[in-house]
Amino acid sequence: MSAPASSAPVPRPVADRAVLRRGLRVIWGGMRAQRRPVSVAVAGSVLWAAATVGTAGAIGWLTAEVVEPAVGARRIEAAGLWTIFGVLVAVLVVNVTGVILRRVYATIAGFNLQADYRQRVTRQYLRLPLSWHHAHPSGQLLSNAHADVEATWQVFNPLPMAIGVIFMLVIAGTMMVLVDPLLAVLGLLVFPGLFAANLVFQRVMSPRITRAQQLRAEVAEVAHESFEAGLVVKAMGREDQETERFRAKTYELRDALILVGRTRGVFEPVIEAIPTLGTLAVLGVGTWQVSRGDLEAADVVQMAYLFSILAFPVRALGWVLAEIPRSVVGHDRVQHVLQAQGGMAYGSAALTRVSPASSRLAGVTYAHAGEERPTIRGVSLDIPSGGTVALVGPTGSGKSTLANLTLRLVDADTGSVRLDGVEARDLARGQLPASAALVAQQTFMFDDTVRGNITLGEDSDDEAVWESLRIAQADEFVRSLPAGLDTVIGERGGTLSGGQRQRIALARSVWRRPRLLVLDDATSAVDPSVEQAILTGLREARGGMTVLVVAYRLATILLADEVVYLEHGAVVDQGTHGELLGRCRGYADLVQAYSREAAERAAVTRQEEGS
Amino acid sequence: MSTAGTSESSRIDGQSQLGVGATLRRGFQLSPELKVGLWLTVGLALVATVGRVVIPFVVQQATDNGIQAEGGPDVGFVLTAIGIAAGVVLVTSLAQYAVNVRLFRAAESGLATLRLKAFRHIHDLSVLTQSTERRGALVSRVTSDVDTISMFVQFGGLMLLVSSAQIVLATILMVVYSPVLAAVVYLCLFPLVLLVRRLQPVLGRSYGAVRERVGDLLGAISEAIVGATTIRAYGVEDRTATRIDGAIEAHRRSAIGAQVRSVMAFASGQTFAGVTTAVVLVVGTVLASRGDLTLGELLAFLFLVNLFTQPVLMATEIFTEMQNAVAGWRRVIGVIDTPADVADPGADGVVLDRGPITIDFEGVWFAYPGGEPVLRDVDLRIEPHTRVAVVGQTGSGKTTLAKLLTRLMDPSDGAVRLDGTDLREVSFASLRQRVVLVPQEGFLFDDDLAGNIRFARPEATDEELALAITELGLDSWVDGLPHGLATQVGQRGESLSAGERQLVAIARAYLADPDLLVLDEATSAVDPATEVRVQRALEGLTTGRTSVAIAHRLSTAEAADLVVVVDAGRIVELGPHRELVGQGGVYARMHRSWAAQQSSG
Repeated sequence: MSAPASSAPVPRPVADRAVLRRGLRVIWGGMRAQRRPVSVAVAGSVLWAAATVGTAGAIGWLTAEVVEPAVGARRIEAAGLWTIFGVLVAVLVVNVTGVILRRVYATIAGFNLQADYRQRVTRQYLRLPLSWHHAHPSGQLLSNAHADVEATWQVFNPLPMAIGVIFMLVIAGTMMVLVDPLLAVLGLLVFPGLFAANLVFQRVMSPRITRAQQLRAEVAEVAHESFEAGLVVKAMGREDQETERFRAKTYELRDALILVGRTRGVFEPVIEAIPTLGTLAVLGVGTWQVSRGDLEAADVVQMAYLFSILAFPVRALGWVLAEIPRSVVGHDRVQHVLQAQGGMAYGSAALTRVSPASSRLAGVTYAHAGEERPTIRGVSLDIPSGGTVALVGPTGSGKSTLANLTLRLVDADTGSVRLDGVEARDLARGQLPASAALVAQQTFMFDDTVRGNITLGEDSDDEAVWESLRIAQADEFVRSLPAGLDTVIGERGGTLSGGQRQRIALARSVWRRPRLLVLDDATSAVDPSVEQAILTGLREARGGMTVLVVAYRLATILLADEVVYLEHGAVVDQGTHGELLGRCRGYADLVQAYSREAAERAAVTRQEEGS
Repeated sequence: MSTAGTSESSRIDGQSQLGVGATLRRGFQLSPELKVGLWLTVGLALVATVGRVVIPFVVQQATDNGIQAEGGPDVGFVLTAIGIAAGVVLVTSLAQYAVNVRLFRAAESGLATLRLKAFRHIHDLSVLTQSTERRGALVSRVTSDVDTISMFVQFGGLMLLVSSAQIVLATILMVVYSPVLAAVVYLCLFPLVLLVRRLQPVLGRSYGAVRERVGDLLGAISEAIVGATTIRAYGVEDRTATRIDGAIEAHRRSAIGAQVRSVMAFASGQTFAGVTTAVVLVVGTVLASRGDLTLGELLAFLFLVNLFTQPVLMATEIFTEMQNAVAGWRRVIGVIDTPADVADPGADGVVLDRGPITIDFEGVWFAYPGGEPVLRDVDLRIEPHTRVAVVGQTGSGKTTLAKLLTRLMDPSDGAVRLDGTDLREVSFASLRQRVVLVPQEGFLFDDDLAGNIRFARPEATDEELALAITELGLDSWVDGLPHGLATQVGQRGESLSAGERQLVAIARAYLADPDLLVLDEATSAVDPATEVRVQRALEGLTTGRTSVAIAHRLSTAEAADLVVVVDAGRIVELGPHRELVGQGGVYARMHRSWAAQQSSG
């Protein structure tokens, strides 16, 4: 795919103040989507915050009301001890309840969001056209659905605590103001400081984290492609070069992550130091005020204590702020998928006939995305109901593309594609697959049993499955599999040979009793005698089928009522095999290549023997 | 869904069975960078920790002995204390920055090494072993499983050390202030230790389950990506969506489940901290009322309790994070420790001279794990310069023969010899240079045509590339492509047809210039005219070397010096084409049917 427009790189967020705003918007959106768990988590967090501040208050109160009098009186009543224990445990219960609610429900909200977005992203993968898929590396798509979704919503882990901290700050702030407004203002200056530090951090961090997330996807891409190419890599002994390729990307990712770490490495100590410095300032000014007699010493102590209990939780704010660039980047990458346009539009027409389907292409032109030269040029094709048409042409002449166009796996740029006289674009979703089946050149097996791979989840009695396996000449080897129809094939077809997989794919299509069957060189890996048996079986079963077959082998071509000969994406000639043989040079050369070759060889051998 | 647990010798381990300690040791061993300069990092971390303890201590001193000093606030003392504290803050921050940067560097370097080792090992696993796991799941072993570890190695491991140090420090101070109260604190700690120990294996299992669900999830998602065409052709979007949703839901549940358990661990830590404070205040009040302790000492001790419980809480958190990391580690170690049953003999490997090649199959048997033999007692000698065609029905064992010949698999019994040397003793580098397989579906990379052909020999010049294309008679095809050799082939070569992809694979092998070329249905999707042309070119090319072609189209067999007929895992006929046709056996029948197909035009 030579850089089609749709494969434009994922948009990168501009590193500016907008990141914070956009991050907060993403978070707000997530909070609204998960209103209930988020509400519970925030409520829990408020409980926790209240209990945390309350602990300090409780200890202060107990000290003044119970401990000091007891020490002064040199005796303590059991009731006093129970008061101490009871009050502290009560506060503790509130605290722990708050922590549990906060953390459990924050987790639930975060993972619900992840699950929800994974569903949305994978729905897009299923909805978007093949051209979009071809423009995006599998590894990147995998990364979008997993790592990027995770990056977007991980911020929900520290979020409720941060909200609790804000609440705590409000409580503490109010208490401070009540104690001494001047000291409070001084102390609260800490927060603009934190905010400013964070702004600087966002600016530096955003581009770095964007790059890291992009590289994460690229590492997945290389791994995915390389593992998929496993056989070729091994057969050619290129393990070292592949490792080198992976190493280059892995090291780029490593360096990017180290850079991210360096930024965080600066940010965290700064965020941690600011509240401490605030405490020290409060102490200094407070002492000065006490020495002037403007303030009680106890007030300063209480103030310092309030600050010291805030110091650690305030870091939670830092965690949220630190997660925001990652969240925004993940969100952007996910949105790139969610907002991709160009899904196939469907109409509402239905196919109602039960007789074999008829298919008609008129003036169809098609160019691969990003290519100027069309692959299919003005092709008109008429496949009558019940007929069998063979599509013949040299390698790369556009046969498969034409087969895909017939089934509307891709949409023609110009011209019309009709099934039973109905424009394919007007058909409702699901109508076409219900009537027509394709056996593609390259088989794809689902990670499922043999039965599942044939019925694709629909109900069926085993008899019908065996019947289609028999037609596809696959019944024998399936019977010999360890668990028969229940044998799990696995994504890569496990130990099945290419020919065996092709036959299962064939059975998959035959089982559906399609009214139009499109065979795209679907028996290339099957040996001739088996192929012959398959074709005979199809001929018998084909009473209700129209067949379009892409073929090279004469035996297959001879099954057809009509042959269409294609070169460079255009129809050169069409007619019966006999007619074409007589008048179409390219066709004759193609289909007679083997016999001509055999004859020439025989002549050479005779010559050699004669001499 | 994949049937996890039905492990055979050649399956990739779902996760290693190592214990936590062993996993950590193995993890560190696999990523030596984690240990580089660790002591300095630990030292700096201790500086930062001491700083974190000292700051509140100085603050407390400033309030107790400065502001609340008997006879009015001691301003000088407070200012000195503030100055000291500010200095400590500076030192602590710098130390913390150094620690962060050093840890990030060590962690990311170590994990990059781990990724690479896992990646390389996956390629070293036999084709058979590789195919037991879905691609998506395999990718997760070098991506998200490794990412899981990073949190722990970046912060967790070190924080655990630092927390331990802080616990020790706080303990010493507590004992100095009041041995009795210190004993009380440790009594309160005891149930927590028991509980956390009980919870660890539970957490370990939960996080292990999450990692497996992630593998399943990626497998299910990749189905929607790799199987896009089939899904559309059969209109099974809804079914695929249901399957994916199942995996998403299973992952969501297991992830929440694991988190809830970790919250329980944290909540028990929190409870411990609260209860400890309450008990200390109660016991302390009793002691103080008896005069064993001053009020100031009691309040100072409460402050120390806080210093003690904080790192304990932190430690319970880290233990949880560690279980998560161990789960990821186990998956990565699981793949790295899966034995490569078809292994490179490495440095001990025999390096063979290049030149004409002789092949011997000696009593070769092969069976897939748990399956019937696919090849039975195969004896075969292939002389140098021979063109061999292997024919037989689908499933007769032809491809297995090709895979044994190229050592993608090893025989279950017997031996395959190359110039008299057992293939298992030949170094991979030497083997792959001399023997190249062209499989039926030659994978193309997302690159241009030239890049894909060069895959086998990146150093090949443009002239060599052009020559290869010309010699294979593929000029007209290449010229017909939109951008010639610079044409991008797209993801998995999807911009090309299956036949075109096969042509690229052949050109690739041709350029590799091996002594033995093994073609496994390498032209099955190519049109007959092109196939004949390529075949002739390969013949010209193979006159100097040995070639083994597996083919359904018997035109290949007609041109071969030796035809090997395989049936049900045995060689049933052997000889030149003309001889076999004369024998009137299996091959003669096959050829008759083939010839009839060809002449019926």
